[in-house]
Amino acid sequence: MSDLTGTRTFVRFFARRDLLSFFWWIAGGIALYLLTAAGVDGVYPTQADYNAAAKELAGNSALIALAGPANALNTLGGQVAWQAGLFGEIIAALMSMFMIGRHTRAEEESGRDELIRSGVVGRFAPQTAAVIVVTAANLVLGTGIAVALMAYGLAGAGSIALGVGAAGAGLVFMAVALIAAQVTDSTRTMYGITGAAIGVAYLLRAIGDVGNGVLSWLSPLGWGQQMHAFDNEIWWPILLFPAVAFILAAVALRVANSRDIGAGIFATRPGPPRAGSFLQGEKGLAWRLQRGMMIGWAAGLLIAGLGYGSAGGDVKAVIGDSGVSKALAQGGGDLTDSFYATAILMMALIGSAFTISSVQRLRAEENAGRVENPLATALTRFRWVSSHGVVAALGSAVVVGVAGLGTGIAYAFVSNDFSQVTRLLGASLTYLPAVWVLGGLSLAIFGLAPRAAMASWLALVFCFVMMFFGPTFNFPSWLIDVSPFSHVPLAPVDSFDLAPMLVLTAIAGGLSTIGYLGFRRRDIDMT
Amino acid sequence: MSAAVEVKKLVKTFGSTRALDDLDLKVETGEVHGYLGPNGSGKSTTIRVLLGLLRADSGEAKLLGQTPWKNAPELHQRLAYVPGDVSLWPKLSGGEVIDILGKLRGGLDEARRADLLDRFELDPTKKGATYSKGNRQKVALVAALSSDVELLILDEPTSGLDPLMESVFQDCIREEKDRGRTVLLSSHILAEVEALCDRVSIIRDGHNVESGTLSELRHLTRTAITVETAAPPSGIDGLEGIYGLKVEGNRASFDVDTHRLDAAIRHLSGFGIESLVSQPPTLEELFLRQYGDESKPEATADSAA
Ligand SMILES: Nc1ncnc2c1ncn2[C@@H]1O[C@H](COP(=O)(O)OP(=O)(O)OP(=O)(O)O)[C@@H](O)[C@H]1O
Ligand SMILES: [Mg+2]
Repeated sequence: MSDLTGTRTFVRFFARRDLLSFFWWIAGGIALYLLTAAGVDGVYPTQADYNAAAKELAGNSALIALAGPANALNTLGGQVAWQAGLFGEIIAALMSMFMIGRHTRAEEESGRDELIRSGVVGRFAPQTAAVIVVTAANLVLGTGIAVALMAYGLAGAGSIALGVGAAGAGLVFMAVALIAAQVTDSTRTMYGITGAAIGVAYLLRAIGDVGNGVLSWLSPLGWGQQMHAFDNEIWWPILLFPAVAFILAAVALRVANSRDIGAGIFATRPGPPRAGSFLQGEKGLAWRLQRGMMIGWAAGLLIAGLGYGSAGGDVKAVIGDSGVSKALAQGGGDLTDSFYATAILMMALIGSAFTISSVQRLRAEENAGRVENPLATALTRFRWVSSHGVVAALGSAVVVGVAGLGTGIAYAFVSNDFSQVTRLLGASLTYLPAVWVLGGLSLAIFGLAPRAAMASWLALVFCFVMMFFGPTFNFPSWLIDVSPFSHVPLAPVDSFDLAPMLVLTAIAGGLSTIGYLGFRRRDIDMT
Repeated sequence: MSAAVEVKKLVKTFGSTRALDDLDLKVETGEVHGYLGPNGSGKSTTIRVLLGLLRADSGEAKLLGQTPWKNAPELHQRLAYVPGDVSLWPKLSGGEVIDILGKLRGGLDEARRADLLDRFELDPTKKGATYSKGNRQKVALVAALSSDVELLILDEPTSGLDPLMESVFQDCIREEKDRGRTVLLSSHILAEVEALCDRVSIIRDGHNVESGTLSELRHLTRTAITVETAAPPSGIDGLEGIYGLKVEGNRASFDVDTHRLDAAIRHLSGFGIESLVSQPPTLEELFLRQYGDESKPEATADSAA
């Protein structure tokens, strides 16, 4: 029996089981490009509008750090490539990560793999099948993007370059996910490692794009943009994707060869036979369960902050047309400050992802059946919910705080002005109440509609879109104002204002209370 | 003596599923009460309602004289629970989990903790993710048994335990009983129920079909009789509660409802009994009957079979 026996069966099984998930990922990815094209078309009716926009956007470091190098922004294609390209690549990368996770580690962890393997299937059959299915999905996504953009009326070469960029990033991060799946023995950690790799790639190209560009070449997310879609395409970076994906996959295979089923390379070490006195309380337990995730997020945002901070010297900002920039222009701060205001807002939004997953930890515990036993002790529902709530709230302060701290420290060294440390730290902390509102919303969803946990992530995406694209796409201002972040003064450009922070904190508290009251009335639901 | 658990007309629905349908259940203080029923009959649901994890739609549930949904935390200091499917935190060791659950409950008995770890041969330094199914079950058992409580609620506590550990478990439950604890034990393992339980309740489709001591329940089933008599026996088919009758010359074999046994033997003795083999109903038979489609042995029409 070869190591691959049964691969075909697995391919069919995976493809059938996940058809719907793949459909949503792919449709969502394609929709991103099409909606961007339609949006840009609507905002810039004439070539003169395009020219004006291109001129304003071209040198805006903050937006370049966010979305990539500004090429051919005086054309529809160039705008689509700039606004959608990077995020499309990230969607492909996330799709690959989740699907590989589902088919390799998650299967092994739940023990199904052993069952399957006791039958007559090869050792690498499930992984190989997962690779085949995910590769196919990425190719479909890439082709779909290219065809959709051509159908929209954009030039063929540029459309293909964008499709290649997305599919290529998907393939590279599929290989990263394969390695991650081999070196750890938990699905959560595997997602953590791959997610961190995506984050580092994003950051490398952000710093590279703002600076001299070298670091962008180290990032698989940068390669697609180096193809200059709709701007005299350069084709050779295409070769980087399969080459790097192949090398990484070969590494994963090597690692897989040398490990037992179900055990990562970093095998689990024995733990202490007794619990320390802090761990024995519910607060200690919540902290213990969440500290790994919090430290990971804090480290990631610290690095991001240091990256942005050190780029401060290179900022060649021209205030552009983007929503944030417009607001900045009205605020009339200095250009470096406006760069940092955007960077800190973005890091606060990213930090909210920690807050949401921290609150949703409640749901994860419930769903995994791990709360039944604790709640059958003298532990009250209130104490349980608040233990995780407190970790989420304080953890958010740390995660968002270190982002500002990192920015401040790095910029202090660049500018020799050490007052920047407290100034930028303070700027990041002004977003804390807005971040808490998302946490409170997530808690309310947990209490009232636990199975709709996904909705808290939609809320984050909504805030992100409103803050960065709302004004560009002329969304009505009441809609933009639904995002709690739009009520926070853009620190450090605008001056500090306590009132919105108090109101937002009160809203967060109200939402949390609703969440708790909902949870108190409902069943423990493990399905 | 008041009842430790008293459930009356309890209803719990999940959407269109009626998981508990007018359920009655009573567990007296100090007894070990077996709770049996086919898969999906509502045993775990009953237990979750009793623990205040689920909210009943209607009916009454009383635990140690209090209402679980309202007084859950106070009640929980006085009881310990072992779920049927134990999930542990992947990164915490078994010893840590035992301490955490014990502390959250209000403290545990150190000597007993050490003793139980020893008897169950459980390594407390392994991480949750690396325990086998049986060992996860042991972690929850040690945590529950090492705390000083009045009531133990155990949902299939021995699923996954090997026979050696099963016997350790039975010893532990007997000790608990000797100390005057009440135990509600849901189980599919009949030998365990027979060895431990004072009384049992059988539930089907969310409804209590039978409660009583094992000998009372045995009474409800049939005894198999093979008899040789001096004169050829006749008139057996005229008796009530006779099934599968075969007569060959002086020999007869048949099943009889256990509560009609006396009448049958009296009838046979008129022919001069020379030898008689009687097989009491097995527990398996009893449960197969209760779990299957017939709800009472007498309600069947298979007497001609
Ligand atoms: N959260 C839930 N949502 C929907 N249906 C549920 C839920 N929990 C239980 N049920 C249903 O309620 C019924 C009773 O389930 P329960 O788990 O109580 O059975 P059980 O007697 O413990 O079975 P087993 O012997 O297999 O453990 C089943 O039909 C089950 O599908
Ligand atoms: Mg059950």
